[in-house]
Amino acid sequence: MISWSGLVAQLTEILLAVLLAPILLGWVNQCRAWLQNKSGPGILQPYRTLRKLFEKEAVLAHGASPLFRATPYVLFACMCLAAAIVPILGTDLPFSPAADAIALVGIFALARVFISLAAMDIGTAFGSLGARREMMVGFLAEPALLMTLFTASLISQSTSLATIVQHRAQAEFVIYPSLAFAGIAFTMVSLAENARIPVDNPTTHLELTMIHEAMVLEYSGRHLALIELSSALKLFVYSCIGIALFFPFGIAAGGDSVGLMLALPALVAKLAVGGFAMALIETLSAKMRIFRAPEFLGTAFLLAVLAMLIHFLLEA
Amino acid sequence: MAFDSLPVELSELPGAVPAWQAQAGTADLQNICQAVKNQGGRLIALWGTDEQDRGEGYTLHLSLAKAEGLLWLRCALPVDQPKYPDLSPIFYNAHRMQRAARDLLGIDADAADRRPWLRHAAWRDSDRPLHRAHAAGKTFEAQDSEYAFVSVTGDGVHEIPVGPVHAGTIEPGHFRFSIVGEKVLRLEDRLGYTHKGIDKRFQGMPLADGAKLAGRVSGDSTVAYAWAYCMALESVAGITPPGRALMLRALMLERERIANHLGDLGYLGNDGGLGFGLAQFMRLKEDVLRLNAKLFGHRYLMDCIVPGGVACDLGQAGFEAINIECDTLMHDVRLLKDIYDDHAGLQDRFLTCGRLTPNTAGKLGVIGLAGRASGQAWDLRAQARPAPYDLLDARMKTHKNGDVAARVNLRFEEIFESLRLLHVLVERIAPGDIAAPLPATMSAGIGLGWAEGWRGESVVALESGADGRIRSCHAHDPSWQNWPALAFAVNGNIVPDFPLINKSFNLSYSGCDL
Repeated sequence: MISWSGLVAQLTEILLAVLLAPILLGWVNQCRAWLQNKSGPGILQPYRTLRKLFEKEAVLAHGASPLFRATPYVLFACMCLAAAIVPILGTDLPFSPAADAIALVGIFALARVFISLAAMDIGTAFGSLGARREMMVGFLAEPALLMTLFTASLISQSTSLATIVQHRAQAEFVIYPSLAFAGIAFTMVSLAENARIPVDNPTTHLELTMIHEAMVLEYSGRHLALIELSSALKLFVYSCIGIALFFPFGIAAGGDSVGLMLALPALVAKLAVGGFAMALIETLSAKMRIFRAPEFLGTAFLLAVLAMLIHFLLEA
Repeated sequence: MAFDSLPVELSELPGAVPAWQAQAGTADLQNICQAVKNQGGRLIALWGTDEQDRGEGYTLHLSLAKAEGLLWLRCALPVDQPKYPDLSPIFYNAHRMQRAARDLLGIDADAADRRPWLRHAAWRDSDRPLHRAHAAGKTFEAQDSEYAFVSVTGDGVHEIPVGPVHAGTIEPGHFRFSIVGEKVLRLEDRLGYTHKGIDKRFQGMPLADGAKLAGRVSGDSTVAYAWAYCMALESVAGITPPGRALMLRALMLERERIANHLGDLGYLGNDGGLGFGLAQFMRLKEDVLRLNAKLFGHRYLMDCIVPGGVACDLGQAGFEAINIECDTLMHDVRLLKDIYDDHAGLQDRFLTCGRLTPNTAGKLGVIGLAGRASGQAWDLRAQARPAPYDLLDARMKTHKNGDVAARVNLRFEEIFESLRLLHVLVERIAPGDIAAPLPATMSAGIGLGWAEGWRGESVVALESGADGRIRSCHAHDPSWQNWPALAFAVNGNIVPDFPLINKSFNLSYSGCDL
């Protein structure tokens, strides 16, 4: 039975995710600029970009199929759904039982399949180049992500993200060594999945080196705006998964309205720190040769498996 | 004499560089080229001119170089059958220049490759834009041209066309990759998109004005081109610029080298994904450019070198500013070199990437920076040493690995060497005039200019008419030699490494599209 407060919390959460996501991206970019001794465009720049793109006419390539048109919407819907499942402020989420952590990985995979198909739909060399690189990164990142989620699930005996957070945030504080390994693995996967350095370079103009950007080269106007917003949302959701799995303290339990109030500043603070950490990693790293990505993600997978083993050895 | 064993009659050209000129018949061409090659020489430039207004046919021009000097070989071709033997089996780099000469003038090397090079769609196969009969601004009937790229076939092989319009603000060029998976099997480049008709534009220009046009052949090498042009003009006029002017020219050339190397190092870091490097190096480059603007009145030093000398003098304060900036640069670039050297991720991108072996580089006749990174020891400043380099003891740097890392390291070393040279120049510069006057009337004559720009050797071959105007002038960019080498360096690498390899060469489009 869905309670009114739950419904309100759920809707607030999705809305908040959509609103905050561009700011998080802006914050990461701003930190990157600062770390490179530049003044930076300000954290609201992604909003300006989105407004510009929404005002522009969407140009479609000749021979674009309905799949190409539909993909930005599918992508955006997928990311909204993901945002609805992940406990961002509170754990009392009516949508939460609809999908667990495994389904969440499936949602990301669905989005990936659509964007890759759309990239190949036009038939340009860059689109298929980007799509096949994306699939390579994807099939290596997904197992590592699943393993990380399993480690957290084993601790709380549930694959539901809400239960995982409840178990850790509202129970007695315990240090889990396995989560340290899982945390590193998760960070590596997030960098790869969100097309960040060292796997992909979101700021490059070099067509031949692109992964994510190569896939969206043919998009413009509102379609591109939706894709950009979905990318920002994906980064936001990944950050929130990270927070939920590893730093859930401050996320409110069901029906705790004071807790919900306090959860927002806690979230903003955690995102600010996380965003800065990501910018720092990106500034210090060079982009890898593309065939180093399997090594990178293989390491992430290995660390995630280690985390599970450590859980069985030390914590079970 | 450097070329005295050749079967031609040589006459020495006056001027700053050791240069000779000779007439040869088409029958001797291959023998002469082979002899120069056997002596360790190379082909610098090949171009043609139309002499029908003098009642002759065409002239094929070659400039051949050895460490000791330059030979300008001219070969008359009959108007009805302007053919000469194919020189590309001897000098690989003759290939594209022969095709370009054929597009512009119809002189034909009888080579197997009949494809156009400079001609895209702006004129027809039968048109000869460089004929003297055509006015400079004449446009021709456009014609669509299909260009037959060499196709690679096999299981899973496909093509990626890139350009001429790119995602970044760079010059236009088309690259056709034949790849399997991510691996490059073959790269074929198609240039000529920035053809502007410079050779035609030179014709009939007042001699003194040519320096401005030469300085705009390739903007990032404006000092090298302007100097080469002025050197050629001074050779024709029989004047020698004052010592102070020559020192100032060298100062500008080294500053141009530093600015370009700094920019390239930044972009190489950026293409490796290290945006920090770009931000830092661009800051340093900007400082150099701003000081240029303050001291010489132009950020890139355009029009600062004029026939007879230089356009502006520096006071004591200017020299001190240069000295101070050199010290700061030396300190900062050292720090950044340590960061680049110690960055495992960046070195992983640079090392072994885009390897051009010394053997291949030698066969292709690669010159300049890219050549020196692959063991080709050519540096005019250390070899033929045109004044004032005869007083400076510039040290040539070479590497043997020929990969991106070698080209990066060479840039660092050349910056340090140029900074050292700047100190020496500032120390040794003597008071005096900054320009020698040009004679009021100049007779017809020919002259060669040769300058080691940051990318490699720029050569300007000038022929003046009796009216004090340019009869013909050809500017040669080192990129002619090095573009084919890029395709060899890329082979076997993966597609996403191409931009990095391309940047490590950083060749000019404008300079060889002319």
